[in-house]
Amino acid sequence: MKTALALRMKGAGYLGEWQLALPLTLAFASLFLAPLLLLFGVSFFNDDKLTEPGLAQWGKFFGDPFNYKVIADTLLLGVKTVAATVLVGYPLALVFIDLSARLQRVLLFVIVMPLLLSVVVRTFAWIVVLGHEGLINTLLLRLGLIGEPLKLLQTELGLVISLTQIEMPLMLLPLISVMSRLEPNLRDAAAALGASRWRTLFTVIVPLSMPGLVAGCLLVFASSTTAFISQTVIGGVRLIYLPLVIWQQSLVVFNWPLAAVASMALLVSILTVVAALSYLGRRASGAIHG
Amino acid sequence: MQSTLTDIATAMAGPPPGRTLDVEDLAVRYGASLAVDGVTLAIEPGEVVALLGPSGCGKTTLLRVIAGFVRQASGRVRVDGAVIDHLPANQRNIGIVFQNYALFPHMTVAENVAYGLRARGMRGNEVKTRVTRALDTVQLGTFLDRLPRQLSGGQQQRVAIARALAVEPSILLLDEPFAALDRNLRLDMQIEVKRLQRTLGLTTILVTHDQDEAMSVSDRIAVMNKGKVEQFDTPVAVYDRPKTLFVNSFIGTTNLLSGKLAVREGDEVIVSLDAGALLRLPAPGDLSIGEPVLLSVRPEQLTLCSTPRPDNWRVEPGLSLPLGGQLVHEVRAGDGAVLKIVEPRRGVSSEPNRIFCGLAPDARPALFPRAT
Repeated sequence: MKTALALRMKGAGYLGEWQLALPLTLAFASLFLAPLLLLFGVSFFNDDKLTEPGLAQWGKFFGDPFNYKVIADTLLLGVKTVAATVLVGYPLALVFIDLSARLQRVLLFVIVMPLLLSVVVRTFAWIVVLGHEGLINTLLLRLGLIGEPLKLLQTELGLVISLTQIEMPLMLLPLISVMSRLEPNLRDAAAALGASRWRTLFTVIVPLSMPGLVAGCLLVFASSTTAFISQTVIGGVRLIYLPLVIWQQSLVVFNWPLAAVASMALLVSILTVVAALSYLGRRASGAIHG
Repeated sequence: MQSTLTDIATAMAGPPPGRTLDVEDLAVRYGASLAVDGVTLAIEPGEVVALLGPSGCGKTTLLRVIAGFVRQASGRVRVDGAVIDHLPANQRNIGIVFQNYALFPHMTVAENVAYGLRARGMRGNEVKTRVTRALDTVQLGTFLDRLPRQLSGGQQQRVAIARALAVEPSILLLDEPFAALDRNLRLDMQIEVKRLQRTLGLTTILVTHDQDEAMSVSDRIAVMNKGKVEQFDTPVAVYDRPKTLFVNSFIGTTNLLSGKLAVREGDEVIVSLDAGALLRLPAPGDLSIGEPVLLSVRPEQLTLCSTPRPDNWRVEPGLSLPLGGQLVHEVRAGDGAVLKIVEPRRGVSSEPNRIFCGLAPDARPALFPRAT
């Protein structure tokens, strides 16, 4: 009886490995892969009625130096957001692993909270905070640190500040999961060998948390470069990033082929950075976890 | 400090004197409870001291205070007479080997051993020489470029020891260092650590819950229970002359016989056992006549014979098991107590009906007051 069950289960496991993945595969193929191919196909039409095949829109997009600047700005926004989330998130993760289990649960809730709110709500909240008479300006004015209100809305600084908060969970969750698995005795061992806290941080903790750091950077980069709502609501129309270009071309100008080309440009440029980062990440974690 | 720890030639000429370590009235508080409660230990230069006790007795906490990882609520720690309480762990120069070794997994063996030297600002060839020498001492000279995960448990432990010794610590702390090793390897490593420690004359503190390990490796044992040191003495004294009932029961196997202090006769007392026998024993200091007592007798201090006498008592034979060179009997006394008796297998009396149990001629049972 037991053997028969075990055999059946073994058989089920053998077949089930791909059967279990089937629903997701189908969803993925029909809702992601097919539209992507469709998009790719659409980009090879010259006119917005999709009647005349050709490379005219590719030529138009890549013939315009303005679009290169938009691509560069988009990637740079990702880099700046990643840098800011690392600078704020890494120390926070260090604090997190030293807390008691109860405080860890509280902090984890605070960290995850942005994910529980709609991105639109979060973004409008940032308008209140960053505005001309918003929280930051009022505070700085009251403290006498500035003479007149800073312009934060519709600037890249304001956008990076709000994206840093919005994307923070994506940096912290992988970082915390890797860091809390670090052997706690390693820090004591380093201290007993005479290492200062900074030396311990840079020679032991940072190298060993690299896999989490790389994963966090990947997620934040991919998410912030494509954060259309935050980019447009906080950045306004004066700051132009690729998602805005795609939106304008598809839903304002109705030039679907050009929107498709811009989408491809966004996809490829992000994938290139992500591939490079994950290659470095694999090398780093390969050296550590083999 | 020109001499290096691993310089065998110097060591042969006479080991460098180790440091004294004094723990004075130390207390550590975790929340409302005292993890370490008024511990005082004076440890001689070059001595190996085992902190022995059940888990939660405060032995590891005590070790972590000495290392500087935990701050005490009160009391002092001195090395060579100088108070070190104000120093952070990285300025104490105290070596520690952890139970799980805590090797840096992203560094090679050589980098692990060099870590403490580099942290002290040492560079270049001097690091190389010292790393090689430290690894040669633990017989891992050819493993420089391996990563810790490519080594066996015993090898990892050797690296951890080499790493701790390379910086020439004033005191060596070992936190259950042999617990993760299998039995045979454990004995080898115990011998090796003892040999190294002798050669270097290094004052060493070993935390363990394994009494055999404490007995074989250390010069003195501090038996701990509930944050207090119950007895601090040589292994033989702790085994033969336990000061408290806890030490007596924790170290080795023992039989507890209940009885009453009947008569005092000069230097001796007569103890009347509940099992039905009168035993003449050296008078204990702090017990009065009529007081209920527990008599603790090691299994090898009991014998069986076939004739009844006033100082033996009738038992019901149970199992007899051969255990290596010994025979272990389990018998039941009249008052229901189950006793363990160990005899050598050779030269066992061949008398039939050995149903009377008594003390062996050289037995030195310990008397403790019995709570009623």
